[in-house]
Amino acid sequence: MKFRPLFYIFSLFLLTLSLFSILKWGFHPSIDFVGGSVWELELPSNPSSAEIKQVFSDYDIDPLQISVSSSRFLLKFPPIDNLQKQELTSGLSALDSNLQELKFDSLGPSLGRELLKKTVYAIILSSLVLFLFIGSRFKDKAFGLSAILAMFHDTFILVGSFSLLGHFENAQLDALFVTAVLTTLSASVHDTVVTFDRIRELRFKNIKVDWVNLANQAVGETLVRSINNSMTIIFMLLSLVVLGGETTRWFAIALLIGAILGTYSSLGVAVPLLLLFKKKQKT
Amino acid sequence: MIPQNKKNQRNLLIISLIFLFCLFLNLPTSLPLPFKIPHFPLKYGLDLAGGASLTYEIDSSAFDSTSLPSALEALKANIEKRVNLFGLSEASVQTSVQSGSHRLTVDLPGMDNLSTSIELIGQTAQLKFMAESDQPLPPEATATATFADVFPHDTGLTGSHLLRSSVQPNPNTSQPEVLLEFNSDGATLFQKATQNYLNKRIAIFLDDMPITFPVVQSVIADGRAVINGNFDSQSAQTLSAQLNAGALPLPIKLIQQQQITATLGQDSINKGLLAGLVGLFLVCLFMVGNYGFLGLIANLGLLIYAFITLTLYRLIPVTLTFPGIVGFILSVGMAVDSNILIFERYKEEIRFGKDKHFALELAFGRAWDSIKDANTCTIITALILFNPLNFSFLNSSGLVRGFALTLLLGILVGLFTGVYVTRNLLRILIRRKPNQ
Repeated sequence: MKFRPLFYIFSLFLLTLSLFSILKWGFHPSIDFVGGSVWELELPSNPSSAEIKQVFSDYDIDPLQISVSSSRFLLKFPPIDNLQKQELTSGLSALDSNLQELKFDSLGPSLGRELLKKTVYAIILSSLVLFLFIGSRFKDKAFGLSAILAMFHDTFILVGSFSLLGHFENAQLDALFVTAVLTTLSASVHDTVVTFDRIRELRFKNIKVDWVNLANQAVGETLVRSINNSMTIIFMLLSLVVLGGETTRWFAIALLIGAILGTYSSLGVAVPLLLLFKKKQKT
Repeated sequence: MIPQNKKNQRNLLIISLIFLFCLFLNLPTSLPLPFKIPHFPLKYGLDLAGGASLTYEIDSSAFDSTSLPSALEALKANIEKRVNLFGLSEASVQTSVQSGSHRLTVDLPGMDNLSTSIELIGQTAQLKFMAESDQPLPPEATATATFADVFPHDTGLTGSHLLRSSVQPNPNTSQPEVLLEFNSDGATLFQKATQNYLNKRIAIFLDDMPITFPVVQSVIADGRAVINGNFDSQSAQTLSAQLNAGALPLPIKLIQQQQITATLGQDSINKGLLAGLVGLFLVCLFMVGNYGFLGLIANLGLLIYAFITLTLYRLIPVTLTFPGIVGFILSVGMAVDSNILIFERYKEEIRFGKDKHFALELAFGRAWDSIKDANTCTIITALILFNPLNFSFLNSSGLVRGFALTLLLGILVGLFTGVYVTRNLLRILIRRKPNQ
């Protein structure tokens, strides 16, 4: 634990960067949060974005975003009703008679606000239950508190990284991102618990050794396990990022960032925090 | 020592039986075997099978809390009837309460035309029965006349009087006919209308658009009317569905529409499968590279894990969605976690100079505490995501639930194979080694 200052600096850097990005650039919420339409189409004749925009403006609909990969078009625009969609379809068919519809999703804004509320509730509920569980398992509030703080550290940086990715790579926050955040909550605590367990076990064996040495020994002994375990999860998620296709790419990336953060924070945040609390208790 | 040995053999037998059972249920049905394999097909969600999903908000303001449940039930039954017209076997209609408002969700797996489904399921439509004018219109006015001019007389009948509409074949000609059934008020009004307008036309308007104008052929007192005309079964069913739309007991508003084509779904399945296999291969390689013989046993455990999970998906059955597949892939990574914990512990004990068998028992015993606590945390989160008690303040979207369910199952099965299965396999294999 002689690297503690280094960990502090690193974590503070990530947290500041996240905060900066969230405040400056905010997020790119998907239609899951704000409502709207997403339309995925196959247009073999590859019309230009300008031509597609023209069709939309003919029907007074503002296409917010058009992205193309080979001849697959992903269009995003405000919510529309069935009649408007039929008009648009016929308008686009005029551009390309071989038009093929792959996916359509349209959502009113009220559903979006609902999802945001539910997410916040789920995070609060998870933190509370996990805090109580860890606190009671280790019979020590300091353990519970450090684990939960490390968990918030991971969550905040994950959210911040998606603000950054949103700004530079157009990553969106959607319902699946919410799932990734909650999974990160548990992955973060998962790793922390394993390290804490070892500290508890060592302390039980040798009550006289001071906390810093205990922590050093515990981290040393669980480091290989932590890294190896992260490797297996990283293998699975990386292959999903590379091979899994567009639909869940960002979801897999979010899970990947969460898994890496979870491993780092159990050593770099949870244990130093625990030492901090223990030092305070002594004086 | 003999009883321990017997216990090991019994456990090995249990594991083998479970494995064979799962293997058996997952055999491809096309195999030419002398016996029949019970077939439990995997169920795919809309995002993988392709299809349409519609969510409506129900306007329940006209009902109080005592009469609402029966109205909702009637609404659901009504929509179900219309959905059945599509002839889709897996279609589902569900009502739910979310954030204080009532919702109706219609899932139509395999449906490839969103517009048609929206039209047939129908918005709140107003059904009106209007009778023809007594005098024929002057010839100079026919060109400009609207339907309202031709059918000026309101019979007083509306959609609220219509109980249901269905399609039946004519007993003589076996041509399809559309049957209307009115409630008692409706029957009285209908009798009056058929008396007043015998041999004239009564037009049925849906949202002020005429959908049909049959001629009244006789006075009808029992509230059952038959519209016959040149219907084929398709047009008769469309008309019947439109009439039923007018009879919706509660107004509904479309708030979400979703469609995914089957090709895109198949694409997702292939990609998810490929990613899963490549990831699995890397993990297996990593385990053998790191732990050698132990890793091999862990991989065997992983194989059993995969088959048990697949079998559970078939038996429960779990509706697989793409996030669900991600949950499964993630849980594979987590399933080997228990093994890594145990094996690292085992290496440590060996370093302390313990003998193999003793080190193994110690490793399993000591790692169990960590495994239990760490997995409980993941189970807690998965449960909050899955929301099994349907708390309305938590998420209940199919995608999130699909992920949570496969993750949850993955953790539970992973605990079984990672601890129980590998432990018993290792007990037997490591014991024998020194004797050989």
